[in-house]
Amino acid sequence: MTLHTPSSEADACAFIASAATARTPLALVGGGTRAGLGRPTQTERSLSSAGLTGITLYEPSEMVIGARAGTPLAEVQKTLADRGQMLPFEPMDHRALLRTSGEPTIGAIAAGNISGPRRINAGAARDSLIGIRLVNGKGEAIKSGGRVMKNVTGLDLVKLVAGSFGTLGFLTEVIFRVLPVPERVVTLVWRGLSDEAGVALLSSALGSPFEPMAAAHLPAGIDADHARTLLRLENFSVSIEYRRAELATLLNCHGAPELIEGAASGALWQGVRDARFFAGSQEAVWRLSLAPTNGPKAMAAIARALQQARWYYDWGGGLVWLAVPAVGDAGAATIRGAIRPLGGHATLVRAPDAIRASVPVFEPMSGPLQRVTAGIKASFDPAGIFEPGRMYAGV
Amino acid sequence: MSAIAFPLPDPRILARREEIIAGLAALVPPAALITSEDERRPYETDALTAYRRLPLAVVLPSTTQEVAAVLKFCGEQGVPVVPRGAGTSLAGGAIPQEDAVVIGVSKMNRILEIDYANRVAKVQAGVTNLAVTGEVMAEGFFYAPDPSSQLACSIGGNIGMNSGGAHCLKYGVTTNNVLGVTLVMLDGSIVEIGGSHLDSGGLDILGLIVGSEGQLGIVTEATVRILRAAEGARPVLFGFPTSEQAGEAVAAIIGAGIIPVAMEFMDKPAIEICEAFAHAGYPMDVEALLIIEVEGSDAEMDAQLARIVAIAREHGVQTVKESQSAMESAAIWKGRKSAFGATGRIADYICMDGTIPTGQLPHVLRRMDEIVKGYGLRVANVFHAGDGNLHPLILYNCNDPVEAQKAEDAGMDILRLCVEVGGCLTGEHGVGIEKRDLMNVQFNEADLHQQMRVRAVFDGQWLMNPAKVFPLEGRVAA
Repeated sequence: MTLHTPSSEADACAFIASAATARTPLALVGGGTRAGLGRPTQTERSLSSAGLTGITLYEPSEMVIGARAGTPLAEVQKTLADRGQMLPFEPMDHRALLRTSGEPTIGAIAAGNISGPRRINAGAARDSLIGIRLVNGKGEAIKSGGRVMKNVTGLDLVKLVAGSFGTLGFLTEVIFRVLPVPERVVTLVWRGLSDEAGVALLSSALGSPFEPMAAAHLPAGIDADHARTLLRLENFSVSIEYRRAELATLLNCHGAPELIEGAASGALWQGVRDARFFAGSQEAVWRLSLAPTNGPKAMAAIARALQQARWYYDWGGGLVWLAVPAVGDAGAATIRGAIRPLGGHATLVRAPDAIRASVPVFEPMSGPLQRVTAGIKASFDPAGIFEPGRMYAGV
Repeated sequence: MSAIAFPLPDPRILARREEIIAGLAALVPPAALITSEDERRPYETDALTAYRRLPLAVVLPSTTQEVAAVLKFCGEQGVPVVPRGAGTSLAGGAIPQEDAVVIGVSKMNRILEIDYANRVAKVQAGVTNLAVTGEVMAEGFFYAPDPSSQLACSIGGNIGMNSGGAHCLKYGVTTNNVLGVTLVMLDGSIVEIGGSHLDSGGLDILGLIVGSEGQLGIVTEATVRILRAAEGARPVLFGFPTSEQAGEAVAAIIGAGIIPVAMEFMDKPAIEICEAFAHAGYPMDVEALLIIEVEGSDAEMDAQLARIVAIAREHGVQTVKESQSAMESAAIWKGRKSAFGATGRIADYICMDGTIPTGQLPHVLRRMDEIVKGYGLRVANVFHAGDGNLHPLILYNCNDPVEAQKAEDAGMDILRLCVEVGGCLTGEHGVGIEKRDLMNVQFNEADLHQQMRVRAVFDGQWLMNPAKVFPLEGRVAA
């Protein structure tokens, strides 16, 4: 495997144009911390964004930051923190789960639509991503969106590229909307609830006017002997005091919550965000996206068939992290069968190459959507050189 | 006015009109097919009334299957299709052409399902924006995107244009609030994209559909997020001696970590027009007005407003008027929300819709005034100060064709200015037919061709709303 690290967008264009002519498949690399996501691919060469770094734009009063794609996420976060701001979507760090090293980059956050617990209230990475520059598979530098929050000029290719895992183009610059860091953050914890009761609590809280910014349920056995149901509040101190009291009253049928904040609260949510509870094991790990109240329903069905399954819920119950033995199809048929009547989808996040090669990693699509997806891929990358097969065979 | 070119109607399609109508009649009940000239008239334009074309026929289906049958037929016959929601587009997104069939979703206006536990509602595309909120309000919920036309505009049209409104600073625009759609494609296939869950499982095709201006297919149903409303909301009026000071106050509020739910700016001409109409108690001795709304419990609002008022004072605010009652709050918003209607009472106007980086505001306000004065016209400005979405209203007399042309030219110059300072051609109204020929100001050929190739994946024949969004010259296939 040879690695090319362009030092400019023009260099990237020239390299990609020649790879397209030669039909040379390329792996697109940021910091390499998410290399195991998607289907295993066979590429001769890698194209790295490591040479494209630096903040290109930061206007705190306009709540916008732009950076070249290879800029370390940590640098972006430090720049924002110095002015009391942050990325709204709390991006997940995959290193512990996927056992990778290296530095996550801001471009890969965009390419993977990488979000965390705040997604439920503040939106996903794709919701904050307002502008991109990328090189398509013809070696052309193109832009979509821009630096302003409201923009409906032409097709929203920004959304399409967010979550395309490098299959549509090589990002060179990304622009995100940002938010102020809240004055105070606290977590309310209820103990001992069943999955159904925990998710019902989260639904009541998320349907209240008190704006929980994160909502998770950890069944017994996930990092503690007892189940824990978590709500995170972020706001000015005066609001936190008021809202935690109102929430405790609203939810008192589930018992009284304890309050944690500071490092303990931060560590707990980092565990939820990064699926750290499954980091040390050899299990296959799935990520299920469902309507929140369908989370426990799906898990009841799955647990009957896969008795060694372990799981927990983020996003108010709508995101299930599920670990199962890494054997056979890693539970794919059971898991997708359980989701099908409920709506939603399942993605195989971690598994040995052999399983990821034989089981669809992303949710299979209907025929018309397959055709559209393949057509979109071809419209960006007619020679099919970017991460061929990373998401679907032929895409 | 006739500045914007329409494609010449295809004489072969016009010649086959009776045959095409007979084909459509076989697919939908008689009441769903409109063919007489009188009844087609209401569909010849939308809210960009300066342009009109009588469509070949209008179909108002009642089901997704009927939409699919009609689209498939039009695709096979090579007949252009113009999707239509409520027809409130200010950019001419739903203006037809003589050889096109309008497919309107106005009869598909049912709310299908409300799921409070999961905070979603499933609705048909013809449901009005405000009807969604109306349906869930008793439970304390609302649908967040709130375009000024929300009383009339449809969810289908909102999805087509990725509509926003005054409160999107906090709650986002349509694309941030739609989780799923039923989409009918030109070949008649019906696909479900997304659903009641967050995030897509493959490419984010839903994100592409939102804002695609009816070029990729017709959305017949949508699953939208509903949010629990805050306990209370309170707008405050701030009058500033200069626009610069108002702009600096906005920047300082955001810099202090406060994101109000809305921040609206009006310049002096807009204040005068709106006050004369709504009698909202707007201060008349200031150059710029901010309406800042906060949400929460009374104590939370008091605390937040105290901070905002202190910041405004640091920036020379001249008048501070806190709403003391629900009636006063309604009056404050009535003034702002009726800006377009109130302006229409004193003159004809073109409402432009560009977005700029907010730091450029003083420069842009100055240049806009120069541009419009250069054409011998007047301008009033209302805009969303938090996100830089400008709405200059260029006043003119529509009975004077020379003046009308000047107004249009001034508007185009303003949009070029928006792009020049780092902004974009449209923040919420869409490109439609109005800004189609300016697309190459914001995008170069490679940018546009990439968008057009994606478009052509859905519609290789360029039959879906074909006169819109992309310049007529230089169109490419997949």
